[in-house]
Amino acid sequence: MPSLTDLRLVFVTGKGGTGKTAVASALALYASQRGKRVLICEVDAKGDVAGYYESGTTGFHEREVLPGLWAMTMDTEASLREYLKLQLRIPVVGRIGPLAKAFDFVATAAPGVREILTVGKLCYEVRERRYDLVVVDAPATGHIVGQLAAPQAINNLVKVGLIRSQTDWMLDILSDPGQTGLLVVCTPEEMPVNETIDLAHRVRTQTTVRLAAVVVNRVLPELFGRKEEEVFDALGTPVALAELDRLVQGEAGPVLEAARLAVTLRRTRSTHLDRLRRGIDPSVPLLYLPYLFNRSHGLRTTRQVAASLGEELGD
Amino acid sequence: MAARSTRRRDGAGGASRRVTLDGLLATKEIVVACGPGGVGKTTTAAAAALMAAVRHGSKVLVLTVDPARRLADALGLDGIGNTEHRVPDEAFRVAGVKPRGQLWAAMLDTKESWDALIRRYAPDERTRDEILANPLYQNISGRFVQSHDYIAMERLHEIHSSSDYDLIVVDTPPTRNALDFLDAPERMADFFSSRLLRWLIVPYRSRLVNVATRPFYQVADRILGTEFLADVSEFFILFQSMYDGFVERSEAVSRLLSDRRTTFVVVSTLEAVPLREAEFFAEQLTARRLHLGAIVLNKVLPDYLSDPSGTVVAEALRDRADELAGALAPVLAGATPALGDPIQIGRVLAEVAESYLNFQVVAVREQEERASLAVVPDVLATVPFFETDIFDLTGLLRLGEQIWG
Repeated sequence: MPSLTDLRLVFVTGKGGTGKTAVASALALYASQRGKRVLICEVDAKGDVAGYYESGTTGFHEREVLPGLWAMTMDTEASLREYLKLQLRIPVVGRIGPLAKAFDFVATAAPGVREILTVGKLCYEVRERRYDLVVVDAPATGHIVGQLAAPQAINNLVKVGLIRSQTDWMLDILSDPGQTGLLVVCTPEEMPVNETIDLAHRVRTQTTVRLAAVVVNRVLPELFGRKEEEVFDALGTPVALAELDRLVQGEAGPVLEAARLAVTLRRTRSTHLDRLRRGIDPSVPLLYLPYLFNRSHGLRTTRQVAASLGEELGD
Repeated sequence: MAARSTRRRDGAGGASRRVTLDGLLATKEIVVACGPGGVGKTTTAAAAALMAAVRHGSKVLVLTVDPARRLADALGLDGIGNTEHRVPDEAFRVAGVKPRGQLWAAMLDTKESWDALIRRYAPDERTRDEILANPLYQNISGRFVQSHDYIAMERLHEIHSSSDYDLIVVDTPPTRNALDFLDAPERMADFFSSRLLRWLIVPYRSRLVNVATRPFYQVADRILGTEFLADVSEFFILFQSMYDGFVERSEAVSRLLSDRRTTFVVVSTLEAVPLREAEFFAEQLTARRLHLGAIVLNKVLPDYLSDPSGTVVAEALRDRADELAGALAPVLAGATPALGDPIQIGRVLAEVAESYLNFQVVAVREQEERASLAVVPDVLATVPFFETDIFDLTGLLRLGEQIWG
C-alpha cells in the first residue's frame, strides 16, 4: 500500500468535533514540508482552514498560503462555471446568473449533481497534475459517502449527456488505491468510534474509494505503568498526603486529583480504542495523535499536529 | 396534571442568574437543543427531558436524532424507528428515582417521516405511489442533507399539534451549518413556490422558450441529458400537487419556532472552534427574534485546575521531585514496603505535576473563553468533564443535576 503522502488525492472526514479540519490542514502542511506541491480544498466552506494557517480567507481560486501549499474553498457555482468553460467550451459568462440559480434548483432536487461538481473539480486538479497531492477537508461522516459515491449516483440517474460521459475518468481516479484514499479522523470516545466503524463499512460497500487510514486524535498520554500507579494510589492515602502537604507547604490534593482524572479519562478512552481496532479491517493503519494541551488553534498548533502526524507516518 | 415548580433557586454559582433551567423548562412547551457537532447535544437534550419528567412531573418527549447505541438502549429506543416510546419504570427504578411524570422518547427516521408526509399530502393514491417510486424522490428522502432539517421541524410540529406532551425536547440533526434547520421550513416553501419550478415543469418539448430561459435549457440539456430533465420535470409535476399542503405546513412550523412557548438551548464545549460556532448560532437566534433560553457548556475542566495555589504546589512537585521522594519513601514503605523506592516515587511526583500543569493550560484557556462569551443568555450552565461516558439514566441524572440550577 502506498504511503498517505504518496497518494494524489486524500479525502479527510470525521464526526463533528473530532478535529477533521485540523488533521486535514496538518496533513497538507506536512506533505508540503516534505517538498510536495499541495492543494488543500475545504468543501464545507466554513472558512476554518484559513484559521488553521492564519492565512486570511480563501476562495475558489487557490492561493499559496505557505511555501508549496495552496488553499481553496469549494464553491459549486464557480466549479460549474469553470467546468462549462473548460470541459464543454460553452460561453456562458454573461448568462451564468440565471443559470446558476436554475442549477442550484436542479442540484437541490438531485443531490448527486452538486456533489459531482465538487468531486469533479478535485479529480480535475489531480488529472491536471499541477499539484502532487490534493487534500480535501471533506464533509463530515454523515455526508461523505454521498460525496464519494456521486459519480456512481450520477451514472444511475443520468443515462446520457455530457455529465454522464465525464464520470468515467473520475471513477478511474477515485477507484485507484494508488491515487486516492480516505482518511477518517476519530477521537477515542463512544460516538466517534461508532461512526468510524460504521463509516468504514459503508465506504467499503457503497463507494470505490479505499480507506487509507484512521487518525485517532486527542490520545491522552499514559501517566504511569502498573507499579507506578500503585505508588500514585499510596500517595493519595491520608498519611502520605498529609506528609506531602507539609513538605510543599500547600495542598497537594487537587494536584493528585487532576492526575486521577487524567488516568481515568485515559482508561475509559482505551476501551473505545480497543473497540475501534477490532471494528476496522486490520490492514487499515491507525495513526495516533496526542491530545494537545491547549484548546486553541492556529498555525502553531497545526505545525505541532503535522509533526506528530509525520512521526506516525514515519516516512 | 402535576404542579410545576417555578421557584427560583439561588444555588452556588448561579446566584446572579435570573432563572435556572428548572424555571425555564417549567414555562416552555418546546425546547430545541442545538449547537456544533460532538459537544454532547443529544445527551444534554435527553438529560434535560429526564429532569423535567422527574422534577416537574411533566409528560416529556425527547425527540432525538442519532443517539449513541447505549443511550438509545437506555431510553428503550433500540430498533423502534419513528414511534414514540415510553421509557419503562424499570429504567427509573434502576437509576434510583421515582419520576412524578413520564419520559417518552422517539428517534427521527428521515425516510420514514418523508413517506408519511407524502401519504398525508398526496391528492390521490396514484400520485402517492408515483412519488414514492420516483428515483429523485428516493434520493431526496434518503440522502438529501437538508431534508433531515425539514423533517425534524415537521415532526416537531406534528407532535406539538397533538398536545400529547407537556414538554418536547428536540435534538437537532448534525448539519453543515447549525442554522440550516431554522431555514428549512422557509426554504421548503420557497422551493415549491419558485418561478424556476414553473420553468421546469413545463413539458419539455412544448416549453415556451424565450430569450431569458433559452441558455438554461440548452446548457441543462447538454449537461444532464433530456431523459434526466424529463425525470426532474415529472418529479416536480407530482410534487406540485402537494404545494399548498407543504407551504402551509412550512409556515406553521416557522411560526411555532418563534412562538414564546418555544426556547432554544445552545450546547457547546469551551474549546475555541465549537464555541465560536455556538456563539454565532446564539447571535443568529437573537437576530431572528427567537428565544435563546440557555447555553450549556459541556466537558468543562474542574475549577481547581485554574487555582493559582495549585500551580505553586505542582511546580514544587516537579522541581523538587527527587528531594520530596526521598522524604516520602519511608512513609510509603511504612504502609507497603514494595512502594518505598524513591526513584519511582520521584518519577510519579514529576508525572503528576506535569499532568496538572498540562491540564491547567487548558482549564485557564477555558475560563478565559467563558469570561469572554459574547452572548449571555438567561441561563448559563456548565457541566464538568465526566470521567466516564453517559449511557444510562443514572448518568443522565448526574448530568441533569448539573444543568438544572
